[in-house]
Amino acid sequence: MSKIHVTTTVNGEPTEFLCNATDTLLDVLRDELRLTGAKEGCGSGDCGACSVIVDDRLTCACLMLGAEAEGRRVLTIEGMAHGDQLHPLQKKFIEMAALQCGVCTPGVLIAAKALLDRNPNPTETEVRFGLAGNLCRCTGYDKIIRAVMDVAADQRETAR
Amino acid sequence: MMQAEYRAPTSVDEAVGLMAGSGGKGRVLAGGTDLLVQMRAGMQVPGLIVDVKRIAEMTSIVQQDGDWRIGAAVSGAEIHDHAGLRAAWPGVVEAINLIGSKQVQGRASAGGNLCNASPAADSVPALVAAGAVATVQGPNGRRAVPVEQIPAGPGRTSLAPGEIVVSLTLPARPKGSGDAYLRLIPRTEMDIAVVGCGVNLTLSGHNCVAARVALGAVAPTVLLVEAAAKALIGSTLDPASLEAAAAACRAACKPIDDKRGTIVYRTKIAGVLLKRAVAIAAQRAGKH
Ligand SMILES: Cc1cc2nc3c(=O)[nH]c(=O)nc-3n(C[C@H](O)[C@H](O)[C@H](O)COP(=O)(O)OP(=O)(O)OC[C@H]3O[C@@H](n4cnc5c(N)ncnc54)[C@H](O)[C@@H]3O)c2cc1C
Ligand code: FES
Ligand code: FES
Repeated sequence: MSKIHVTTTVNGEPTEFLCNATDTLLDVLRDELRLTGAKEGCGSGDCGACSVIVDDRLTCACLMLGAEAEGRRVLTIEGMAHGDQLHPLQKKFIEMAALQCGVCTPGVLIAAKALLDRNPNPTETEVRFGLAGNLCRCTGYDKIIRAVMDVAADQRETAR
Repeated sequence: MMQAEYRAPTSVDEAVGLMAGSGGKGRVLAGGTDLLVQMRAGMQVPGLIVDVKRIAEMTSIVQQDGDWRIGAAVSGAEIHDHAGLRAAWPGVVEAINLIGSKQVQGRASAGGNLCNASPAADSVPALVAAGAVATVQGPNGRRAVPVEQIPAGPGRTSLAPGEIVVSLTLPARPKGSGDAYLRLIPRTEMDIAVVGCGVNLTLSGHNCVAARVALGAVAPTVLLVEAAAKALIGSTLDPASLEAAAAACRAACKPIDDKRGTIVYRTKIAGVLLKRAVAIAAQRAGKH
């Protein structure tokens, strides 16, 4: 069976790749496009380490086929910073030590960005539910939640 | 292993044609949150994957003469963002939005939840209580099927080979109606229902004049519990009538014993959730 030719946009860049029908978007990102920020923790939608944003919707890259990316816009952790300028969430995570081993961090950051893009003023409960699809073995979550709440507060401050 | 083929048709006719021509090897791909997990586990080995998310009729929400038609492949996130649908059918929307995490919501559809035919599928009791009707298209054309007739057992549906669920229609309901869905899970997120209960009712003054009750995770398929609805209809939702409806729910249960809950526990909880869901539905009905 010949491979499928897919034309898409990844982190703002027009991108083409070849894949098999059953390759996941995560397979393609990591093995074809060499964007290894998104991790495979479980491969079954439970851990969120593979989180990406597709056409403005948070998605597990392990639960989407590469072929489905045709004509879509994919944002991965590699596209979150602007050049050398880290995204405020990335800066805050470093500042507040909201990560330890870092395996969950790309997924958590993408999920947190998706959350704040839609809801700039979340309650703690909303942040906890918003990140319920991201498992972290290290931090105990509290620092992550506080970092996201802090960024939201900072952004509201600047917006004023 | 033989490589599968991937197709993304743009019309229902084309999708049905592909499924019909696949010799039983075709699988519909909506959000993929069940299908891809099952493929990875080797439980599903499709020869042809038919992605239905490029079909407008299957990915749109339309209101017509008071009916709401939800495309079978519309994601939970899009349903969540639809203010009109949320106001009209809060119970159905909350049931769909309980499915998985925000990531899963970005993809998971009500059509997939229904056709995956898990007895614990969260949206199905709410859809059954709503009286939802599935529009099904296959090689022999279209037919309308009440949602409760689609699941045939765990992982099995009554769909004929090549048939696709195109959309789910929530029929118009009178003023004074409300619906609710509650599930019990041991955690607060990311778990499978031990019991789920959907209620849809209509009040006229203090009297309940119409009701539908459905239970999930207590039998091989989601159950429409007519005896519970009968106990509510004609009552003022007084404690005795609620207890009679709860008893009817308990009587309808044929659950399994597993790590999530014993038969005794699931049966008891079915009655508890019924009373709580009725209270929420009645409060919503009062507001309409
Ligand atoms: C981490 C995680 C958490 C989850 N949590 C929950 C939960 O809390 N509650 C719950 O109920 N479920 C849960 N699920 C299961 C799953 O997300 C839901 O069942 C979801 O609604 C499936 O929809 P989908 O669009 O992804 O279906 P798909 O995976 O695309 O399809 C599911 C099945 O139905 C078939 N199918 C899909 N659409 C159609 C159609 N239109 N016509 C005919 N056949 C069709 C497919 O061929 C496949 O066999 C969870 C899954 C994951 C991975
Ligand atoms: S790898 Fe995708 S959710 Fe765990
Ligand atoms: S920092 Fe190690 S898993 Fe989250």
